[in-house]
Formats: sequence, C-alpha cells, structure tokens
Amino acid sequence: MTPYVVLSSILFTIGCVGVLTRRNAIVVFMCVELMLNASNLALVAFSKQHGDLDGQVMAFFVMVVAAAEVVVGLAIIMTIFRTRRSASVDDASLLKY
Amino acid sequence: MSTFWILAPIMVLAALGILFVRKAVHAALLLAVVMIGLALLYLSLDAPFLAAVQVAVYMGAILMLFLFVLMLVGVDASDSVVETIKGQRVMAIIGGLLLGVVLVVALAQISLGTVVGLDSANAIGNIPALADLLFSKYVFAFEVTSALLITAAMGAMVLAHREKLEPRTSQAELAALRMQEYAVSGKHPGPLPTPGVFARHNAVDTPALLPDGTASEASVSRVLAARGTVRSAPAMAGDVAGVERQLGPVAHAGRDSSAPATTEEEAPATTNRDEEAPA
Repeated sequence: MTPYVVLSSILFTIGCVGVLTRRNAIVVFMCVELMLNASNLALVAFSKQHGDLDGQVMAFFVMVVAAAEVVVGLAIIMTIFRTRRSASVDDASLLKY
Repeated sequence: MSTFWILAPIMVLAALGILFVRKAVHAALLLAVVMIGLALLYLSLDAPFLAAVQVAVYMGAILMLFLFVLMLVGVDASDSVVETIKGQRVMAIIGGLLLGVVLVVALAQISLGTVVGLDSANAIGNIPALADLLFSKYVFAFEVTSALLITAAMGAMVLAHREKLEPRTSQAELAALRMQEYAVSGKHPGPLPTPGVFARHNAVDTPALLPDGTASEASVSRVLAARGTVRSAPAMAGDVAGVERQLGPVAHAGRDSSAPATTEEEAPATTNRDEEAPA
C-alpha cells in the first residue's frame, strides 16, 4: 500500500503548492479539491491495508464536505466577481487597509 | 498493481499541469484527468461504490460547477504574474518541495505491514457493508451531513441571489437615453453594424468594411477583439480573384445561360398568382 500513500502525498503537495502560487481564485479552489482528493486516496488505501471499511466511509464524508465547500466557495467567488470584476485573490485586499 | 503504475505517472503529470497551465479551463480539464485516475484507483482498491460516487459527484457535479462558474466569470481570466509578496512564489515552491520530501521520506522509513485486504469486510458486498457502517456506527455524522448540505445549498442561494434595487428600465426610457447620449456625445443611436464581408466570410470574427475600405471595429464583439482572434477583413476584400476561382467557371456559365430561363419561368408564375388572388 506504500506506493498509493506516496502518490497521495505527492498529489497533496502539488495541491498545496498550487494554492500558494496560483492567483486565480477558481484555480486555487481546484487545488484545494486536489488536496481533498489526495487525502481520500490515502483513506481508501489505509482502508484496504487494515481490512476495515471505516476509511471508505470517511472518504464519503470528505466528498460531502468538499461538495458543500465548493458550492459555497464558488458562490462567494461569483459575488466577489460581480462587485469587483475580478477573480484574482490579490484584488480582494481591502481588509488590509 | 499494474493499474497503479500506469495511472500514477499520468495523474502526477496532470496535477503538475494544473500548476503550470495559464488558462483556468485547461486546469479544470487536467483536474478531470486526475479525478478519473482516482476513480480507477478506487476500483483497484476494492472500493467500487466509492469509484462510482467519485465519477458522479466529482466529475458530474463539482467539475461541472467549476466549468459553469468559469463561463460566468470569463474564460480568459488568466493569472497575473505580479507577486504581491516579494519572493512568495519561490518560497512556496521550496516549502512545497520540503513538505513533499518530508512526507515521502517518512513514508519510506515506516513499514505498513502485510495488507489485510477487504475480502472479509466486503463479504456481503461492498455497498451493503458500507450501508451497515453508515447507518449504525456513523448515523449521527450522516445526519449532521444532511444539515451541512442544506446549509450549503441555502448559503449558495443567498450568495448568488441578486436583489433588484430599482425598477427595470423600460424600452421608452432606454430609447430616450440613447437619443440623449447622441445629442451629448454623438454616439450612434442605432444598432451596431453586422460583421461579415463576403457570403463566404460572414462569420462573427470578420469585421464589416466601411465605404472607404477600412474595417469597422464596432462590428465585431469586444470579446473577440480582446482575444485577438479577429480576421483581417480588408485582406479578404482584396482577394476578389480568389473568390472567382472558388466559384469556378461553372458559376459563370450557369449565370449566363439561366438568366433568361428564370425570367420565363417567373412570368407564368406571377400571372398564375394574379389569377388566384381574386378567386
């Protein structure tokens, strides 16, 4: 099962770097999804490792939370875009001042 | 295990592509590749139901949502390369590499032991076994999840809803506004000219020609102009010889021979129509 977990950690790292470097809010969201998916892969791999279905149930809950998060997050991006005409995470910086 | 070794490089390459492609749509499609790969890996990990859910929920719902929002926000909203925090990009890459190396080294040092496998757990079938767990041990979490989903749906509706603050402007008001604008700034009040030069090039990306032979910028969509995919109309207009060659000698011959024939055919037709009209 180690290769699966290594793949999962590689995908998680790529998602992490994406969140930190990309500026388009939608792409940042996609990278968050990538991280969630990577954690799902680790959960399913460990589920097989231990012969226990708890990991798969956990992966379901992660999926549900991811769906809810995407729905609300994309609605927020839409609202910000409607008022500011920009989907860049750098432009929404008024709280700084 | 061969499934894994085929899919893993593809998935890692696609995931890396998300970091480097400039357009958000391409990133979404690469994410789709990663998710299909994950679904196949779930199948190889004895989780067939999770694989189906992965395809249905992630590919069917979440990625579609991403693409819808991309269409609304604007496909060409590409990343800016300006760094707000100095050196942030380099720091992020170094930090990410560190995280990856630490994770992989840590995983290489531990041994996970023998794989138990899901054969005994899946003895009654994967879906019944999952349902048993979900509705006994995790039933409270399941109920909380339903509350979360309802809240998320409500939240999305509230966020995406736009209150109409002023009454809709009527057509008469819009017309008056246009004429006023014309009086003040001289902006043409009528509709914009339509694109297209010849019958073979009446596509929206071909600007109309003004009487002096120059292209009318008002006749093509601003989006096309921003993308830089507008064709050069004057160049096409000058290519008259090319058009005649495309039409060929058949068109010339047909035009000459059929010209009297059509008038003869039309003549009785019009008289018939006149006779029918009073009847």
